[in-house]
Amino acid sequence: MATPVSSQALRADDASVSEARSAFSAAAAPLLAGGRVRGIGFKDVTVAYGGLVVLASLTLDVRPGEIVALIGPSGSGKTTALRAVAGFVRPTRGRITIGDRDVTDVAPYARNIGMVVQNYALFPHMRAEENVAFGLRARGVSHAVVRERVPECLRLVGMEAYAKRFPRELSGGQQQRVAIARALAIRPQVLLLDEPLSALDAQIRRSMLDELAKLHRDLPSLTVLYVTHDQTEALTLADHIGIMRDGKLVAFGASRTLYRHPPNRFSAEFLGRANLLPVTSLEPKAGGLAQVRFGEAVLAATNPHGLPQGSQCLLCVRPHDLRLREGEGTHNILAGIVESVQWQGDLHAIALNVQGHKLRLTCAPLGAPPEAGTPLALAFDPHDVTLVPETPPEKPGG
Amino acid sequence: MADLAVTSSPGSVRLPPGIWAVPPLLVLGALFFYPLSLILRQALFGDEGAFSLAHFGEVVGSRLFLDGLYHTLVIAVSATAGCLLLGFVLSLVIAFVPFPGAKLVGRLIDTFIALPTFLVALAFTFIYGSSGLLNESLMRLLDLSLPPVDFLYSQWGVILSEITVYTPFVMRPLLAAFSLVEASQIEVASSLGAKPMRIVRQIILPAALPALIAGGSLCLLLTVNEFGIVLFIGAKDVITLPLLIYDKAIQEFDYTTACIIAVVNVALSLGLYSLYRVAVAHLAGSRAGLV
Repeated sequence: MATPVSSQALRADDASVSEARSAFSAAAAPLLAGGRVRGIGFKDVTVAYGGLVVLASLTLDVRPGEIVALIGPSGSGKTTALRAVAGFVRPTRGRITIGDRDVTDVAPYARNIGMVVQNYALFPHMRAEENVAFGLRARGVSHAVVRERVPECLRLVGMEAYAKRFPRELSGGQQQRVAIARALAIRPQVLLLDEPLSALDAQIRRSMLDELAKLHRDLPSLTVLYVTHDQTEALTLADHIGIMRDGKLVAFGASRTLYRHPPNRFSAEFLGRANLLPVTSLEPKAGGLAQVRFGEAVLAATNPHGLPQGSQCLLCVRPHDLRLREGEGTHNILAGIVESVQWQGDLHAIALNVQGHKLRLTCAPLGAPPEAGTPLALAFDPHDVTLVPETPPEKPGG
Repeated sequence: MADLAVTSSPGSVRLPPGIWAVPPLLVLGALFFYPLSLILRQALFGDEGAFSLAHFGEVVGSRLFLDGLYHTLVIAVSATAGCLLLGFVLSLVIAFVPFPGAKLVGRLIDTFIALPTFLVALAFTFIYGSSGLLNESLMRLLDLSLPPVDFLYSQWGVILSEITVYTPFVMRPLLAAFSLVEASQIEVASSLGAKPMRIVRQIILPAALPALIAGGSLCLLLTVNEFGIVLFIGAKDVITLPLLIYDKAIQEFDYTTACIIAVVNVALSLGLYSLYRVAVAHLAGSRAGLV
C-alpha cells in the first residue's frame, strides 16, 4: 500500500543529503579528470527495421556534465536514439560513443549507463534497498561498498527511510526516486532518462522536476540524456534541446536560444506553441531587427537567421509576449477580434482572429476581460519576436 | 440471482435456497464419491465385510508395494524435474529470444496437451525401440548385431516419455507468467550491468516462481497417476502404483489389494494437491502483500 508522504518528509536532513551528494560527485569527478572528454556521441546513427527508418542519420554530441533533452511527438525517434545509447537497439549505420569509447558493438551490460524509464521498472520482489544494490552486485562490487553506497544513494533522493519497503508499498513518485537511486548507485558515465515523469500526476511531476534539477546541480559531472514529449520538462532541465520529427533531428540548440529563436516552423510550434504569422521580410534595421509586412501592417522583429529581404517567412510570437495595447502607440500593433476568453486561474488565455489568422495571448488575470466578438489591439516588443524561415534549414542549427 | 428469480415471481413455488446445490452434489456423489467410498470400503473391510487393518498393513508393507511406490515417486519426481527444466528453458527461448515462428512453436507445443499420452510412447518405440529408426541406423552404420541404444524399455524410457508429454503443462503457465514480465525490467537490469544468466536468475525466475510451482505440481500429480505410458513402454521391472492396481484388479482379480493400493495412491495425490494449494496460496498471498 502506498503511503502518502509530504515533500518535506521525503527529504532527509540537509547535512546527510549534502554528504551523499558530495560522495557521489567526488566519485564521479575522476571521470572528467585529465581533460578527457566524457559524454555521448551520435555519429550518423541510423536505425531501421526492415525498410522502415525510425532514426535517420543522427549526429549529435552531448557534452560531459550537461543535460540534453530530446523532445518530439510519438514516433519521432527520440526513444530509439536513447535505446541505441543503452544498447537495446543496434544502429543500422553509424557509431555511438560514450566518453572516448565506441560502444556501438558493446553489450548493454558493459556500457556503464544508468537508465530510468517511465514505468520505473523496479524489481517487484526486491525491497527498495535491494533494487538499489542490484547493479552494484551485478558488477561484483564488494559487500562493504554495497553497504555504504546503497544508503548513500537512497539518501541522495530522500528515500533512506523507505529502504525496507517493497515497490508496491511506495507511491509513484517514491518509486521513481528509488529508480533514480538505483541508476545512480553504479556511478554511471551517463544517465538515460526515458520519459521518467510521464506516469506521475501533475503535482508530483512538478515536485520531481524540481528534485531532478536539484540533483543535477549537486551532481554537475553527470551527463544526462533526457527523452520527453513535455516541453516544460525539457526547458526546465536541459542545457540543450534537440527536437525530433519523423526520425530526424530538426533542431538542436541551447534551450533558451531554441525557445527564443526557433529555426523552423515545427520547432516553434512544438516548443512553446508559438503564434506563427506569415510575413514578408522588408528591410534590415539596426540592432539585428528587420522590418516585415503582415497584411497592411509593418512590424519589426529580430532576424537571427539572417533571412534575406523579400523572403516569405513566419513571425514567431509567443503568447506571453503579446500584451494588450495601452496608450496611443502605433508600432508593432496587431488588431483582431476576440474569439474566446478563458480564465485559467493564474492567467487569462485569449484567442483572437487577426486578419484570418488565429492568435493566442496569455496574460495575468484581467479585472475586466474582453468579451468575445469585440475588437482588441495587441502590442509586442520587437526583441521578443523572431523571424522563422518557412522551410526548414538544411542542417539543424546550434 | 437464482434466488431472486424464484422468490420474485408472484405465485411461483418458493424453493429452499440450498436446493440448487443438490443436482451437482448428486452428480458428484454418483460419479465420484460413491465409487470412491466403495474402494475405501473394499480396502478396509475386504470380501468378508469385517473391518480389519491387518491386510492393509500386509499390502503396504509388502516388497511389491514398496517397489511400486519407489518407482512411482522416482519416475514422478524425475519427470517433473525434467519437465520444469525443459519447460523453463523452452519457455524462456520462446518468450525472450525473438525468432521467426516463436508463436507457432508455442502453439505446436500446446497441441501436445490435446494428444493421448501413449502416442508419445508409441512414437518413441519407432525412434528409440530395438527395431526403431535410431538403432537400425546405428546397427547398419557400425555393423552391429545388437541394438546399441537400449534405454527405452527401462525407467529412463518412461521418464523421457513423461517429460515429453507433460512439459507443455509447465510451459503454458510459464509463458503466461513471462508475458507479464515487463521488458523494461530486463532492459534496466541489463543496463545496470547484469548479464543474461543473472537476469534469468534474479528477475525472471522470481517472477515465474508461482507459475513454475503451479505447473510443476500439476506435472507431479499427473505423473504420479500416469498409467498409459508405463503400460505402453512395458519396461522390465518398472511397476508403478497405477500399474500395480491394474495388475491386481484385472490380471489377478485381487480387488481388495487393488483397492488398498488405490487408497494409498489417492492419498498420495490428495497430499500433493494440498501441498500445491498451500504453495500457490502462500506465493499469491505474499505477492499481494497479504502473507
